Amino acid sequence: METKTKSSENINNIPLLRAIGLKRYFDVSKPLLNRLLEGKPRMILKAVSGVDFEITRGETYALVGESGCGKSTVANLVVGLHAPTQGNIEFDGIDMTAATNQAEIKRLRRRIAMIFQDPYASLNPRWRVEAIVSEPIRAFGLIKGSRAISERTGHLLTQVGLSAADGEKYPHEFSGGQRQRISIARALASEPDFIVCDEPTSALDVSVQAQILNLMKGLQNTLDLTYLFISHDLAVVRHMAHRIGVMYLGRLCETGPADAIFSNPVHPYTRLMLETIPDIEMAGKQRKPMAGEIPNPIDPPPGCAFHPRCPLAEDICRRDSPHLQAENENHWVACHVTGKK
Amino acid sequence: MAEPILKVEHLKVEFDTRRGILVAVDDVSFDILPGEVFGIVGESGAGKSLTGQSIIGLLEPPGRLGTGRILLKGQRIDNLPYEQMRRIRGKSIGMIFQDPLTSLNPLYTIGKQLVETIQTHSYMAAQKARQHAISLLDEVGIPAAEKRIDHYPHQFSGGMRQRVVIALALCANPSLIIADEPTTALDVSIQAQIIALLKRLCKEHDTAVILITHDMGVIAEISDRVAVMYAGRLVEVGDVRAVVKHAQHPYAKGLMGSIPSLHHKADQLTQIDGSMPRLTEIPQGCAFHPRCPHSMDRCRQERPDLMNTATTRVACWLFDT
Repeated sequence: METKTKSSENINNIPLLRAIGLKRYFDVSKPLLNRLLEGKPRMILKAVSGVDFEITRGETYALVGESGCGKSTVANLVVGLHAPTQGNIEFDGIDMTAATNQAEIKRLRRRIAMIFQDPYASLNPRWRVEAIVSEPIRAFGLIKGSRAISERTGHLLTQVGLSAADGEKYPHEFSGGQRQRISIARALASEPDFIVCDEPTSALDVSVQAQILNLMKGLQNTLDLTYLFISHDLAVVRHMAHRIGVMYLGRLCETGPADAIFSNPVHPYTRLMLETIPDIEMAGKQRKPMAGEIPNPIDPPPGCAFHPRCPLAEDICRRDSPHLQAENENHWVACHVTGKK
Repeated sequence: MAEPILKVEHLKVEFDTRRGILVAVDDVSFDILPGEVFGIVGESGAGKSLTGQSIIGLLEPPGRLGTGRILLKGQRIDNLPYEQMRRIRGKSIGMIFQDPLTSLNPLYTIGKQLVETIQTHSYMAAQKARQHAISLLDEVGIPAAEKRIDHYPHQFSGGMRQRVVIALALCANPSLIIADEPTTALDVSIQAQIIALLKRLCKEHDTAVILITHDMGVIAEISDRVAVMYAGRLVEVGDVRAVVKHAQHPYAKGLMGSIPSLHHKADQLTQIDGSMPRLTEIPQGCAFHPRCPHSMDRCRQERPDLMNTATTRVACWLFDT
């Protein structure tokens, strides 16, 4: 109870969500017998290896990175779809990984919702939209009585730009963009204050993406939502995020305010990414693409994971893994060469 | 002006269904000059892939060519018998598909696939063909090509596989390559590598490319000219800069505005309400009129053809003079 009063007193000082030393390893080794017979060692995939970040109330924090960098694993850890191997997640000052009181956990869970990438796979095709959207309401017992529930569902559907009558239909009757609207309505059903959006628009066409992004921004303003926004698209992230974390192979290599990252990127990976991404503004510009490929997370390079592709790599990069250092107040960089010593 | 290498005239792709004929590509015409990169953009279902498939003669039933002609170097290729078309495919027109894993045969080494393609199109001794294959792999930037040539597709990463597919497309030194979403399945940093590679190769070999993609960034990066498709029709064709920066057609304009930019931040993205009509429900007149903020009576009745404006060619009655 004590933490609760504390959090409501200094709403602006305490981050809504805080990840501390978050790690998640997956055991991808072959079965024991095969290992014994073939003499193969255990193989551990370090999807997330030590990530720290804070998300303040009302802001959008974006994690960007290429496939395999661990951004979706972080999303799954935050909503509790995976348990962290190590590290803690604090929501509103309460450590979710340590909480044992089921009622307490349920209260916290209600306040966190998720929007998934694929609007075709994340809606049950055999359920009517009304049942899909009202599931969180029924699961948490928020409203009693079927009439009240269907009234609330209708309201949610209009809020995301569909009509209340659409509740009667099945998911296959909707287009991709409309399905993503249904996902958003479902996420809003439990009146959460924090929504994890895992690539919410990457399956959509650009004009539909614009509709969904505008809708999400509008909802954030009216409902005072906080977003953890996962994406591989830097332009989308620039449009949506207040603060950004750039991930590479399970670690954050740079994090800070969106404006600082885009106007003054410090980490070589961020710089190269921004320089090489095709963009409609820069037609005809000459540029040199980043060499090399993303290393295998089962067998990451020693030292800084980016050193094999980095044009500035020095000896120390091959030995020691850099830690996040403050570049200035909010802008943190993990690099031996370009970061502050 | 040089003679166009490919001429597409009033191309129509139709699907026979129980409920009648659906027109997926409707009266599309364009020319490709030698060595030019011609981009075709549009959202899913706009008919851009079907346009590419009909040029190379890979339309799958029930889709079929309706009316229209396709001329390669002045010779009609849309009505050729299968065997003759097979000789053109690969030799004169190369193809790069979206997913590099499905366009390579997983059971053969990439060397075998390359040598087979080379020998299909030219009489070359096995040893010489292999040397040629190695030099192609080298050219597309595969390190240690001599060793890698005996590897199977699964031993390559996505970006490397796409390089192999590009090498395959270059085997017979075609004068035209159709690249259907060549970078969509790749990560951004790899995508940039592949774009740079395509750009360099076309310049060196003087190959024309039809680049089909939904990614305007890729188009802006490498195309010379671009065509925007909507509901099976061309709505705007022009120089890439003109289309990207000063699109005239209301749809193209909205599409460009809906793309978030890396360089400046807008509070709201331009939004085109609604979605592209299904093929069964393409409206009369201009296909875009129900979503268009400027629609007039005429738009509901008559379909506009491409008209010249100061910068681009636009299919919109607003520009009728």
